[in-house]
Amino acid sequence: MSASSQSSIRTSLTRPFKGPFKKRSVLPGFGLTFGYTIFYLSLIVLIPLGALFLKAFTLSLPDIWATVTAPRVLASYRITFGAAFIAAVINLFVGLLIAWVLARYEFKGKSILDALVDLPFALPTAVAGIALTTVFSVNGWLGAPLAELGIKVAYTPIGIIVAMVFISLPFQVRTVQPVLEDLEKELEEASATLGANRWQTFRHVIFPVLAPSLFTGFALGFARALGEYGSIVFIAGNMPMKTEITPLLIITKLEQYQYAEATAIAAVTLTISFALLFLINYVQWRNRRRYSL
Amino acid sequence: MSPSVFSTPDSPSAAAARARAEEVANTPSGRLRQAVGEPTWVRRLLIGLALFFIALILLVPLAAVFHQAFAKGFSGYWEAISSPDTWSAVKLTLIACGIAVPFNVVFGVAAAWCIAKFDFKGKNFLITLIDLPFSISPVISGLVFVLLFGAQGWFGEFFIDHGIRILFAVPAIVLATIFVTFPFVARELIPVMQAQGTEEEEASITLGANGWQTFWRITLPNIKWGLLYGVVLCNARAMGEFGAVSVVSGHIRGETNTLPLHVEILYNEYDFTGAFAVASLLAFLAVITLIVKKVLERGVRSEIQEIRASKEGAV
Amino acid sequence: MKFSTSSLRTVALGLPLVISLALAGAASAKTYNLLNVSYDPTRELYKDVNAAFIKQWEAKHAGDKLNIQQSHGGSGKQARAVIDGLQADVVTLALHYDVDVLYSVAHLIPKDWDKKLANNSAPYTSTIVFLVRKGNPKKIKDWGDLIKPGVSIITPNPKTSGGARWNYLAAWGYALRLPGGNEAKARDFVKKLYKNVPVLDAGARGATTTFVQRGIGDVFLSWENEAHLAINELGPDKFEIIYPSVSILAEPSVAVVEKNAKRKGTTEIAKEYLNFLYTEQGQDIAGKNYYRPRSAAALAKYKANFPDLNLFTIDEVFGGWAKAQKTHFDDGGEFDKIYVP
Repeated sequence: MSASSQSSIRTSLTRPFKGPFKKRSVLPGFGLTFGYTIFYLSLIVLIPLGALFLKAFTLSLPDIWATVTAPRVLASYRITFGAAFIAAVINLFVGLLIAWVLARYEFKGKSILDALVDLPFALPTAVAGIALTTVFSVNGWLGAPLAELGIKVAYTPIGIIVAMVFISLPFQVRTVQPVLEDLEKELEEASATLGANRWQTFRHVIFPVLAPSLFTGFALGFARALGEYGSIVFIAGNMPMKTEITPLLIITKLEQYQYAEATAIAAVTLTISFALLFLINYVQWRNRRRYSL
Repeated sequence: MSPSVFSTPDSPSAAAARARAEEVANTPSGRLRQAVGEPTWVRRLLIGLALFFIALILLVPLAAVFHQAFAKGFSGYWEAISSPDTWSAVKLTLIACGIAVPFNVVFGVAAAWCIAKFDFKGKNFLITLIDLPFSISPVISGLVFVLLFGAQGWFGEFFIDHGIRILFAVPAIVLATIFVTFPFVARELIPVMQAQGTEEEEASITLGANGWQTFWRITLPNIKWGLLYGVVLCNARAMGEFGAVSVVSGHIRGETNTLPLHVEILYNEYDFTGAFAVASLLAFLAVITLIVKKVLERGVRSEIQEIRASKEGAV
Repeated sequence: MKFSTSSLRTVALGLPLVISLALAGAASAKTYNLLNVSYDPTRELYKDVNAAFIKQWEAKHAGDKLNIQQSHGGSGKQARAVIDGLQADVVTLALHYDVDVLYSVAHLIPKDWDKKLANNSAPYTSTIVFLVRKGNPKKIKDWGDLIKPGVSIITPNPKTSGGARWNYLAAWGYALRLPGGNEAKARDFVKKLYKNVPVLDAGARGATTTFVQRGIGDVFLSWENEAHLAINELGPDKFEIIYPSVSILAEPSVAVVEKNAKRKGTTEIAKEYLNFLYTEQGQDIAGKNYYRPRSAAALAKYKANFPDLNLFTIDEVFGGWAKAQKTHFDDGGEFDKIYVP
């Protein structure tokens, strides 16, 4: 995802929509590629997801409502959304910091640091899960000193947040970093010449340009963390009402042969994911348009 | 800006240097330089903090994997890596990647072509649909294939009666892998192709080349780095997928276990050294991926810069 | 249409065998594949059973070859996989209810499946014991000690783990059978017990890891065989087993998945396989792997591992699995009420 946002923000090619479905072009292949895209998308994504919604609607509407608003399910939304939100906020700062350091400063080992940022993306989530649990349990490298301070990480909501910070960090860094790298030095210099101090320059010149990418990174990381399962089940403790995430609840419903109930909850999370992603794409698209003017 | 913050020594005459710096800072150009960069101590603090977070969040877990993997020495490590079940898991993982990645490459190129080169209504909606598998919980990704191909599902009975195994066999593992890695190639190619614009292709078509020729000779050379980059990302995700594959695998030892599932199995057999050894294999592959990615990134960047430069030149 | 990844390996490993068979002129050799879908703690048991059964079977059917594949996981999850189409020839699960759903949800087995084999189709039994840290620092002797403040208990989630359901029912049964015990007191006891549980793992193996590797909890409610295995695998100097005054008789059930076996033509082998569990050899393997054998001879042989315990059955205390499941573990049941007021 990194290079996508990286260059999508840099480029300014989306033209305003006007007229018919498709604007005229001399290039061939629209029918073929568009057709194939829709066909493959339907086959792999839309039909399976359609099956999910159809299955959910084998329940009556009141039953669906009762299922997706049961106290334990509501508690799982709270913990999942709450932890994902806190993780995204933490990453907002940590991600900006890392992106800033990588984009602005030169120091030894920088390229290693830069490569390491993508580790959570490349590392299988189950491996991340057992590694994090090993490190953060009360007898682990970091868990033991933290436990001395009275902070328990593994098997508490903090553990969920740690896992979510881990898996969504690259998204925040990689959306902000290219924008920072591209930021024109002249703007900052002009701001300084006009008498602004460094903080004022950051606040009034750099931040407004960064804001959309910060938001995109935030939302991407948030969306990613909402769905995370593999790494969290190891570290969460899975206590009903306390540390039980929504994907785990879906699995639990499945194990009890309640397919329709499981799909109803899945449909709720799916709808929220879609809305979030649509928002991200819309913001990016608006942003591109603004820069192209 | 000094080339390396770490290499700036802290001399006893630091105070003198600071005084000199303040003097310089009071000249107009010095003030400017200071205003655009941060004071050294801020820079050091920020770099230190960044290093601290990366070490804490990323490096320590990675180190833990390797530490545990070699807890019983190299022979214990080798024993776990060379067991037949591990190898059959490696093979299955390679098969799943080998099928999923090419499928998604063909799709990615087609989707990027129609999205980047043409304007049509509902483009944002289409892009969002392509993105969707990225944020869907892996559990749901696996579940949808159970709904379709499970014995209680819509097509399950049909396939089982005809002796075709989809769920709890390789086809479902491949399908789930394709699903979770669906957006990666397309999402890498779309911005690269958008940056490239349509002028070169239009010229080629006007000069009488057909669509395929134009694609092979003009478009493909321009996007090759972006494409490779997408393939690497897609492959990394395909190798590491756990949740979705776990739902559709059936966990038949030596037959439907991929590497991440094998890690879990070993872990559940109290073979912690073995579990971490196989995990380290995956972590090692992840590190290789990062290196390849780093190299490709340079390619992608120069690709975009070249495009830009040629555009500016043209204007 | 089955891409078998194990085929290469099978070829590699089986090549010498194939060559020797070919030399012997056994051209009509057939290979049979049997899939045993089981729950988590039986990995070691069925490794031994399969090796012994294959040896015996191949000796009887000269030239033919038998492969037995294993799938392990949480009992409920495994049952669901079979319902969804995992082509199991036999299931060997943690409890009656998980096998019964194969009939009630999917009609893969006949209604009277539990009458097809002796002892309610449960060839071996087990029970629930306490695993504590060496020296038993919290002085845990019986169920009553578990609800003391400051005692931390590890047990998996009964909604997803079969073993955890036995734990839960054992605790409930203990409280119910105390002098003056009744439903309300039992409910209160179990509620207090779960207040002392800091982690609810999804499966028995995950819970063992939490207790043993992560060092969390003072006592681990465990299958008897798991407790022995944990001690053997992870150090007799670290843990010890405590037998409570009373516990539940756990009967892990087995069945031939008749619909699947019929389709695959493996019904006879599958039946033979399960019958093998009841033979003296099968019972001996069970005893060796810390499952309580039904056979008196095997039980006597491994007597040292199986102290006499006052065991109650689920039928006498809870009126059978179907009823226990509905009252305690279904959504909105007694277990949910502990967490959701």
